[in-house]
Amino acid sequence: MSDEVRVSITSDADLVVARAEGRALAERLGFSRTDATLIATAISEIARNIVVHVGEGEIVMRPVDDDHRSGLVVVARDEGVGIRDVDAALDHGYASRGGLGLGLPGVRRLMDEFDLQSERDRGTTVTMTKWRLRDELERLRERRAREAPPPADLNGR
Amino acid sequence: METDSATTQSPPPADVDPALLHQLVEYLRQNRTDLREEWARRITDAQLLSAMTPEEIFSEVTAVYDNYVDALETGSIETLQAYARDLSERIIPRGVETHEVLGIVLLLRDVLARSLFVNYQHDADLLNRILDAYEPAANRIGVTVGVSFVDERERVIREQQESIHELSTPVLQVRTGLLILPIIGVLDAQRARQLTEQLLEGVQRNRAKVVVIDITGVATIDEAVANHLVDAVEAARLMGASAIITGLSPKIAQTLVDLGVDLSMMRTVGDLQGGLEEADRILGYRLSEDEAESADLT
Amino acid sequence: MSVAVLHHGDYLIASIQSDLSDSEVLRFRDDLVKRVGERRARGLIVDVSALDVIDSFVARALRSVAVTVRLRGAETVVVGIRPDVAIALVQFDLNLDPIRAALDLDEGVALLDRLTERDGHNGV
Repeated sequence: MSDEVRVSITSDADLVVARAEGRALAERLGFSRTDATLIATAISEIARNIVVHVGEGEIVMRPVDDDHRSGLVVVARDEGVGIRDVDAALDHGYASRGGLGLGLPGVRRLMDEFDLQSERDRGTTVTMTKWRLRDELERLRERRAREAPPPADLNGR
Repeated sequence: METDSATTQSPPPADVDPALLHQLVEYLRQNRTDLREEWARRITDAQLLSAMTPEEIFSEVTAVYDNYVDALETGSIETLQAYARDLSERIIPRGVETHEVLGIVLLLRDVLARSLFVNYQHDADLLNRILDAYEPAANRIGVTVGVSFVDERERVIREQQESIHELSTPVLQVRTGLLILPIIGVLDAQRARQLTEQLLEGVQRNRAKVVVIDITGVATIDEAVANHLVDAVEAARLMGASAIITGLSPKIAQTLVDLGVDLSMMRTVGDLQGGLEEADRILGYRLSEDEAESADLT
Repeated sequence: MSVAVLHHGDYLIASIQSDLSDSEVLRFRDDLVKRVGERRARGLIVDVSALDVIDSFVARALRSVAVTVRLRGAETVVVGIRPDVAIALVQFDLNLDPIRAALDLDEGVALLDRLTERDGHNGV
């Protein structure tokens, strides 16, 4: 099942959609309510940056897995002018001094992994991930599914 | 958790002769009484569903049988699924186990298949075609019932896990409006996150105005944990509760200072006793700067 | 309707009922400030319990309301911030002064009563 969700960001109404989609996907992937809220909040901030500073862009969210953890990756892309001073933008002090900033230090705290690539006049891509540990029951279920797939002839020869 | 079973939304097999299926369904309906009784008898002989009385068994047998035949007829297993979930919800607390549920489903298949053999043995070709119609549908139904049961069991287990988790929550209401969170042992980031959630849920549930977080029993904390602690204090304030940290050892106090945590933003008191007295002071106030201050978000 | 505003004596109670877009947030902010002025309200309660997400923008808008109405002599209390929302919000490390917070409407009104009594008037 393809769980990738794309939200095109062109207006502030799209932020409402992006928040809701982010939460829905997080819950579908088994994240707790708190984590779903953290994810939705991070998405909201990042999406707003796109609307306010660039005008249009895209947010793509999808699940990601490794042995012990399940995760949700959010990639926010725009093709705007880029962030001039990435270090400053990521610096807590800068953001609170100016009163505005890009809210990025907060976003970084909300998520577990955070990466920002920005190139002048080419655009900015933010990739952020939240993880959750899979519990025993879940891993058992997955193992069962892997080892004994449903019979092929359930619905006909 | 929703079942992701492959059987959920599939339509009936395209190559099944509807006339045959209809014939099969009619047969099953006409012989309903005999087949149900046979099935109930086989269940008892096999000593399955021993947690239920014969009357109960017969009643469930009837419901499953009818749902089974409906599912065969319509190709839609939704009603059957709903019934299977309902049945599972009822019998799991009675101690019915997975092997019993699978056992009775397999017995039903056997009872019906044998009956078909007996009835159509004069016409091998027709028997074959009837079985072709019966087999895949019967498989799907059996899996549906089995999976519904297992899903329900897993849901119950998960609920029980959560209950255990909640029961072991260390957030205690001392008196109206006052919560204590005594933390003992190793405090890592994950535990700190959990405790923060439990604390805030406790504030909400108990309508607490003051929470005393006692870390006498904590030897050291690292930066991540210190941040969680600060977050917990500030988040509690956003819910109208002031937090008092007690039992701060000199070592931890130094760690916090080194990390740049502004201790003047946190109310800290030497020990738990002092913290409770401070809490009483806050709760007891009516018209004072101090209480209004305690609700401030600074 | 996304926002409901009620009067409770000298107080205004604004209840946000669904997720608002940024422009709706700003309209809401301006509208509230106006109403507080018109009614000469002594206190404002903003109920955000229906909000699943409160990010830095909404927080700043609320703060902006609080600062402005404070100039007109009204205190602002935000109520209904859920645990998960509170945890998210504190990640932004914002100074939300002079906003105060209470658990719910009842607590919010009680807090406003105490705050306005302090000033020597009654909040009825």
